[in-house]
Amino acid sequence: MAAWFTRSGNIAHHVKRNMGSFLRPAPTLSDSSWSRSPACLGNSPALLWAGRLESTRAQKLVDSDSENDAPLRDDDQAIDFPGGRVMLTSEMQFIPGYPQQRVHCYHLMNNDGQTNMCSSFEQVSKEVAVKMYSDMITLQIMDTIFYEAQRQGRISFYLTSVGEEAINIASAAALSPDDIVMAQYREPGVLLWRGFTLQEFANQCFGNKADCGKGRQMPIHYGSKKLNYFTVSSPLATQLPQAVGAAYSLKMDNKDACVVAYFGDGSTSEGDFHASLNFAAVMEAPVIFLCRNNGWAISTPTSEQFRSDGIVVKGPAYGIQSIRVDGNDALAVHNAVRAARQMAIHEQRPILVEALTYRVGHHSTSDDSTKYRPVDEVKHWEMGQNPVNRFRKWVERNGWWSEEDESQLRSSIRKQLLQAIQVAEKMEKPPLADLFSDVYDVPPSILFEQEQQLRETIKRHPQDYPSDVPV
Amino acid sequence: MAATGTMRRSFGSLAFSISKRAFSTSPSPVDANGLKSMNLFSAINHALQIALESDPRAYVFGEDVSFGGVFRCTTGLADRFGKGRVFNTPLCEQGIVGFGIGLAAMGNRAIAEIQFADYIYPAFDQIVNEAAKFRYRSGNQFNCGGLTIRAPYGAVGHGGHYHSQSPESFFCHVPGIKVVIPRSPKQAKGLLLSCIRDPNPIVFFEPKWLYRLAVEEVPEHDYMLPLSEAEVIRQGTDITLVGWGAQLAVMEQACIDAEKEGISCELIDLRTLLPWDKETVEASVRKTGRLLVSHEAPVTGGFGAEISASMVERCFLRLEAPVARVCGLDTPFPLVFEPFYMPTKNKILDAIKSTVNY
Repeated sequence: MAAWFTRSGNIAHHVKRNMGSFLRPAPTLSDSSWSRSPACLGNSPALLWAGRLESTRAQKLVDSDSENDAPLRDDDQAIDFPGGRVMLTSEMQFIPGYPQQRVHCYHLMNNDGQTNMCSSFEQVSKEVAVKMYSDMITLQIMDTIFYEAQRQGRISFYLTSVGEEAINIASAAALSPDDIVMAQYREPGVLLWRGFTLQEFANQCFGNKADCGKGRQMPIHYGSKKLNYFTVSSPLATQLPQAVGAAYSLKMDNKDACVVAYFGDGSTSEGDFHASLNFAAVMEAPVIFLCRNNGWAISTPTSEQFRSDGIVVKGPAYGIQSIRVDGNDALAVHNAVRAARQMAIHEQRPILVEALTYRVGHHSTSDDSTKYRPVDEVKHWEMGQNPVNRFRKWVERNGWWSEEDESQLRSSIRKQLLQAIQVAEKMEKPPLADLFSDVYDVPPSILFEQEQQLRETIKRHPQDYPSDVPV
Repeated sequence: MAATGTMRRSFGSLAFSISKRAFSTSPSPVDANGLKSMNLFSAINHALQIALESDPRAYVFGEDVSFGGVFRCTTGLADRFGKGRVFNTPLCEQGIVGFGIGLAAMGNRAIAEIQFADYIYPAFDQIVNEAAKFRYRSGNQFNCGGLTIRAPYGAVGHGGHYHSQSPESFFCHVPGIKVVIPRSPKQAKGLLLSCIRDPNPIVFFEPKWLYRLAVEEVPEHDYMLPLSEAEVIRQGTDITLVGWGAQLAVMEQACIDAEKEGISCELIDLRTLLPWDKETVEASVRKTGRLLVSHEAPVTGGFGAEISASMVERCFLRLEAPVARVCGLDTPFPLVFEPFYMPTKNKILDAIKSTVNY
């Protein structure tokens, strides 16, 4: 991308100006294959983001202003094609498909929790920082205990967020509770941040009668109306065009809120991803597209998923301002999402955030990732680039956290979780009537009929049916 | 996706006869002063106007909707209600429906237009996996009940593969959505308003053959017709005919011709295909003892199969002949062969006679 901007003269000038810090000069990430050279993330110094809020609509300016900035050469001409004025050139030039230099990654804090002295960023208060760290730990412990519960056969399925705690919690902390979340499935931390209780998580995973979803979906398909978190569905990227529609509603209601849509690198191959970016740009919808690029879509590495420089470069192609951020750097994620939110709401436009990270856990409990990726690679990210450890060091440096706080928190969360699981497990399942309700607002007669038939069958063959579902 | 220019071409003799026939309708609840002669696209336009007027949270959008739409159904709406509420979308059906789900989920009436039913398939996932399950999967915390997807469907005389399809049966296999198809201008207006205001996501297929051809006295005021209620539009005693949309006009011609031969046909407009009104069809079949279902979509796996199976389940002993299905052939919808493909009046008439004489 950088190469294209350098070579394409005055267009580059405008795009640079309008993309703000996204294209600001910064040290090179030399290795284009970051999954094999993971340390590059931790070593790249911070980029500044000041000035981004003055950004304007890039696409329009590229067209309309170009003649003011560079005098036409004799052989130059411009034509007003539909969509705007474009310069003509006799030089045949193909835009490179891949940049000589990859888009830089916004980063504020190294692995020792030290922030770059030159960085200017919004400070996180002690209260928020401690809650962020506590929620990251809670998420980790929840993942460990639920994962174990699945392994013991107590729940049918689970999926961890290990390695992506910072994206989960730091992005959530940068939002307002009024912002609407349309998540994929590796963002339970957002819900945790907003106040979904451990008991509520457990109820959903056990599919008991207190599950908000009435036991209808697999574990981890959380949703909460009161927390503005739409119920998760399994198909990938389907929430993205929906996020645009929801954002359009906020726009028309002049709400001081935006929609935040989460998804992974694999989802960006789905048509819905492209549909949604295009719709959002055209509709000028206040939506943040937050991609967790964790390198893996089940067993497919990003090198087999796309040939672009990740996700961030796809934003400008749709006329969307975009930023790449170190997803293991909670401060960077927090700052980037906070800025993205302000831009989305105040400028009424979509923003794309690509958070680079690594999926430390298996895809899910149905997956064994040692079959397709080296254990050393996983260890490297787990130990060397751990987002939670990094944030802890920063919190400790500020004197806001101690070893004692740590052990107290861990033992308290563990206790609460074990208790929550016990309660959830003992609680009875949703009643049979919940099988038939909510298909429509009111059940049609065919469902009454089928319910009656089923109840009669159950009476004849009770042994065929689970005994813990009240009939 | 491509748009056919129009319906300027003159139609064959079948269409001509359709345009001459008087449409049966439900007894009008309004006095004659409130009636206005309208074709089907104007009736749709009228319904959309009323929907936008009566609910500030209603939105109309889709490809080329802003200038009035390729079938003129949205004419004048953007001027009247503003580009914020009536607008073009990018050319992307999954985007249109996904956007509509999100808009509806925020408490709005999202009225999405898919330019041709033939192009609805990219949105199939959004309709089937998302819209249809939105309420159920959230335990009724969320719903996208304000979503109505309008799409012109069916034969038009020259539409070939991709401007003629009747994809209704795909959607009739999906619990959580409703599927509604009107037969005439008056029905279209009342049913569309019901769909827009119904708290469930609905796919509303409009018979594009009738957009200009079918003209009827339509009440000007705001009215709704009930969903999931079939309507007996012609009383008879010898055989029950069930259909929907544009096909009813063809079926009615067959009924008229059958009557000349002394066969009394009862004609039912199903109107809502999902969830459908089994009781009305059952009552009629119990009375006549014979059933014929007719639709333009290919016969195999068509919704006629469901109606047939249900009636065999419910009134097996009352049936005096096998259920007849007069439907499209199991081929892609053809261009020059369209007259051969179609479930025409005489195919229906033959089936009526052989069923009655079984």
